[in-house]
Amino acid sequence: MEILRVGIKRRVILKGTIASGAIGLSLTSGLITPNMAFAASWPANVFNKTNLNDALSSLGVRELAITNDILIKAPDLAEHGAVVPITVETAIPAIEKISLLVDKNPNPLVSTFELTQKCRGYISTRIKMKESSNIIAVVQAGGKFYSNRKVVDVAIGGCDE
Amino acid sequence: MAENTIRIRAKNSGGNTKVKTLIKHAMSAKSDKNGTTSHFIQEVMCEHNGLTVFKANWSTSVSKNPYLSFQFQGGSVGDSITISWVDNSGDTDSLTTSII
Repeated sequence: MEILRVGIKRRVILKGTIASGAIGLSLTSGLITPNMAFAASWPANVFNKTNLNDALSSLGVRELAITNDILIKAPDLAEHGAVVPITVETAIPAIEKISLLVDKNPNPLVSTFELTQKCRGYISTRIKMKESSNIIAVVQAGGKFYSNRKVVDVAIGGCDE
Repeated sequence: MAENTIRIRAKNSGGNTKVKTLIKHAMSAKSDKNGTTSHFIQEVMCEHNGLTVFKANWSTSVSKNPYLSFQFQGGSVGDSITISWVDNSGDTDSLTTSII
């Protein structure tokens, strides 16, 4: 019964994917673990980097232009690192992607946001921080990378949750 | 398929649509007894009238019960906004609402 249920779920997700047959087959035969199989476009090789420079270079960053045109709103002191509100706002035109990184997290890359032409340069979310660290926002626009950072002090770390 | 995990508020003001969404999800980085090392949303997609306007890729460093807000130009009252997510165990949910 369990197998049947999973089977249906998988079909829903992969609807429209040409490779659904192949992936489904490898799942059943145990070649791919569930952690790898879903959200096929999720870039594991970017998220699994363990230091900031590696994470940045796997994002394709060669040169970072530090700019105050990117506004990072986050608390100066976060009492609990499990929930740190952050807003990134910028007037840079033609943004393709905004990435959020936390320097001292075990895996620095927290999130990437892909914006279409209609989107304004604005994202807001809540993230986890292991310890006091820089929050780094990287904005990719017109093939260039712009960045700004903000220090957030964390009283109690929140990466274990 | 997870159910009723998504809440959306999409509001149009001055030609901009502001979308705010809350998703009920553990976003867990812990190991549990089943040997699962993490359970987290990997992708969040947003569609406006059936066309993708915004996409997010997340890691375990996004807080439990994630909040996400973004804005786009255009959109009018009554247009449809769909948010959907997929997590690393293949679970998924989707919700469509109207811009107010």
